[in-house]
Amino acid sequence: MEGKVALELRNITKTFGKIVANKNVNLKVYEKEVLSILGENGSGKTTLMNVISGIYAPEEGEIRINGEVVYISSPQDAFKYKIGMIHQHFKLVEVFTALQNIALILEKGQKYDLKEIRTSVKNICEKYGFEIDLDKKVYNMSVSEKQTLEIIKVLYRGADILILDEPTAVLTPQETKKLFAVINNMREDGKSIIIITHKLNEVMEISDRVAILRKGEYITTVSTKETNEKELTEMMVGKKVDLRIERVKTEIDKPLLEIRELSIKGDDGSKKIEDVSFYIRGGEILGVAGIAGCGQKELCEAIAGLRKIESGFIMHEGESLVGLAPKVIIEKGVSMSFIPEDRLGMGLAPNFSITDNMMLKTYAENKVYMIDEEELATYPKWKAFSIRAWVAIKTFFSRPFVDRKSARKKANKLIEKLEISTPSTETPVRRLSGGNIQKVLVGREIESSPNVIVTAYPVRGLDVNSSYLIYDMLNEEKRKGTGILFIGEDLDVMLALCDKIMVLCHGKNMGIVHASKTTKEEIGLMMTGSLNLSETKNKEYGKAKDSNLTEEEWQKQKEEAEKEGE
Amino acid sequence: MDNQKVTVKEPLFHVAKRDNLKTKYKVLIYACAIILALVIGSITCTVIGDRGNPIVFFSSLFNGALGSERKIFKFLKDTSLLLCVSMALLPAFKMKFWNLGANGQILVGGLAAIACMWYMGRGTNGAISDTVIIICSVIASMVAGAIWAVIPAIFKALFNTNESLFTLMMNYIAQSLVLLMIAIWVQGTGKTTLPEINYGHLPILFGKREILTILMGAVITSAMFAYLKFSKQGYELSLVGDSQNTARYTGINVKKVIIRTLIVSGAICGIVGLLLTAGAVTPTIGTNTANNMGFTAIMTTWLGGSNPLFIAGTCALVSFVNNGMSEVKTNFGIQSDVYANVVIGIVYFLIIACAFLVQYKVTLRKKKKQAKENGFLNGEDKKEVK
Repeated sequence: MEGKVALELRNITKTFGKIVANKNVNLKVYEKEVLSILGENGSGKTTLMNVISGIYAPEEGEIRINGEVVYISSPQDAFKYKIGMIHQHFKLVEVFTALQNIALILEKGQKYDLKEIRTSVKNICEKYGFEIDLDKKVYNMSVSEKQTLEIIKVLYRGADILILDEPTAVLTPQETKKLFAVINNMREDGKSIIIITHKLNEVMEISDRVAILRKGEYITTVSTKETNEKELTEMMVGKKVDLRIERVKTEIDKPLLEIRELSIKGDDGSKKIEDVSFYIRGGEILGVAGIAGCGQKELCEAIAGLRKIESGFIMHEGESLVGLAPKVIIEKGVSMSFIPEDRLGMGLAPNFSITDNMMLKTYAENKVYMIDEEELATYPKWKAFSIRAWVAIKTFFSRPFVDRKSARKKANKLIEKLEISTPSTETPVRRLSGGNIQKVLVGREIESSPNVIVTAYPVRGLDVNSSYLIYDMLNEEKRKGTGILFIGEDLDVMLALCDKIMVLCHGKNMGIVHASKTTKEEIGLMMTGSLNLSETKNKEYGKAKDSNLTEEEWQKQKEEAEKEGE
Repeated sequence: MDNQKVTVKEPLFHVAKRDNLKTKYKVLIYACAIILALVIGSITCTVIGDRGNPIVFFSSLFNGALGSERKIFKFLKDTSLLLCVSMALLPAFKMKFWNLGANGQILVGGLAAIACMWYMGRGTNGAISDTVIIICSVIASMVAGAIWAVIPAIFKALFNTNESLFTLMMNYIAQSLVLLMIAIWVQGTGKTTLPEINYGHLPILFGKREILTILMGAVITSAMFAYLKFSKQGYELSLVGDSQNTARYTGINVKKVIIRTLIVSGAICGIVGLLLTAGAVTPTIGTNTANNMGFTAIMTTWLGGSNPLFIAGTCALVSFVNNGMSEVKTNFGIQSDVYANVVIGIVYFLIIACAFLVQYKVTLRKKKKQAKENGFLNGEDKKEVK
């Protein structure tokens, strides 16, 4: 690869306390090229980019731009060196228009002249092929439009080195294509582009070279032309992996969870889920696809009893879950685990130890002391009686206290079974890596042997090995006849793992398709709302024919709901 | 690219978070800070005092705090009172409910105890036995403290009001209430303070008045430790403090937990109020009865983390400096209380500054030389740069 080196990193080391996020990373980015940074989560990709863009200061090593050693101690400095970063979470003012957002980056002394900015922004758009309405307010924009705006913002500021942090995570397949076209145009113009990602097919498609990080260490840089996906994975994981996800064949049961005509309002009062009907059978995985923020969270919360529903029914084995307390729903065997972006939000307490997190759902149960009846029968009466009395006393006095002993046993079992890497059972989960945190959460949920599992983003941010472990765990549950609602991000995974996929777009059910009979493109179209299968079919869409309730019973439920409404 | 020159200097120092410092070093850092604070304090006193020198400062500090049996017992009593208040704040803080109203809660607790003694003892001229009065005042002070704490808790639980401001304001209401009650009780006597009440004094154990307070400190501290560490309620309140979302999902009634915890917190403050009034040599009450312990305890609780031993340590230190400084004041001829408070302030300041050093490490800017030594700038590289 010939050409001028635009950016060079030498021996960059960044530590957070004991954790080494980056260790002796060497990297070169040439002009006119797209470099992918590939690595599993927790391998230090984002940290490295934050070092380049001045958010973190490295402990060791140096950064060179155009051959000169530079110190970048703030994002402002980074901009002075013409480095622009597009973060995973957009930093835009919602109530401003696209143009106003671009004008925000004006520096001291520059004139606030919207006309001039408009012309130069339009030039940029034409040059690289961006499509954007400059007068649209940000809150009306789709995720893809917001991303486009962020890129334009950075270009307008004059960046020559662009860093994109997982840009395709939030895009549909169609939008990804558009983005890649733009990236190609920028490369032609002589810009250097760094893309952080863990999706292999995209790496192969867009980049010239791939730099691989593993556990904070720089492994190597390879040219895309000279490698393949399998080789990249092996370098990324450090050993050979089987990339196939198994779809277990099971005998399907009656519907376990039936949801009909469900509408839910979000925190802001807008309808997040609108008239959605679907059902999950035992021994079946139903995937839910959709762009982030399409009502997935609200749906989960409604099923778990954490959010009031507007109208509709949630039936679990023929009994309504609507209006029940979260605890009662858990006791009925419906388990919900939602992995939010920070990975800790619901279901885990970050400062609690693994042990304490294990007993989150069971802490209120009283400790049971076992009595060996057979052994007791061999004792004289007075001794048997006193043993019984002693147990009764122990039971009584242990009531106000939590049973940490058996929780610790459970924690140890889970650590062993799922190979959770942790110093001890008493380590706060906050200190574990993302993958291990999730193993604790998903492991606990499955441990409670539920019959319906609602899981949202269970592999969010997990490395390849742990992801497959979680898929295996879900398949294991599926074999046992558990109904699983799997809300996911990665369409490839969902197509391989799920039996059926429901697509949500702005809270509406766009259709439920068999995973084996659909394509990624079809789901992509449904995600953006351009294709609506539920409209073309009959009204009974998403309603099970062999429902647990007869039509009359459903009618009765409806009448009751109406009565309550009045 | 273009030839526009930009230079950015590396900043003078970086601050980085450090992971688990060894307890040994932690203690060492704190010990250094305390010694440094006292040295600065001794110099300050020498400068502002009429007489004395830094050595006298240390001897009078120790003398003032632990110089005689009486002083040792006073030191222990002050420490356990402060410890009790810290233990009252601990569950609330663990729940991330910033109870800044311990002062008020102590005051109303004390007021309730005095009221019992006044009406049941003085009012009936001793017709009711002391035991009954004591039982009543114990209950009354706990209830009063709990009520004072639970009002902001209810508002927090139901309307999500800001608990810091609310509890803070409750302090002033408590003070006014005390003034009002005193005014009612002394009406027509022409006095402004309460006359002596000889009914319902707390019993003197083992011949020392302080022992009851010290015992209470030990009992409340160990009980609170067990409550937080082993009980289901303690588990619930830590969970509410750590992640309300998770708590809700687990099926915990967050509102109930907030209210229940503040009842416990307030009741313990009420007991402190009782000890300060009915447990004193001459039971009386004024707006200064709580002696600002409600605020001092915020610091001791925060500095001690959730470790009762550390909290006890900080409480002892604060009482030690407080008691010792009164002797230093006389020996150095310092009239104003302000100067004594300055020294106490220095100690507080350095301990809090220490908390920063324990959590973060500061690295100074690396010198250019070092970079050369590391071999980054060898000949080959220079060529490439050009």
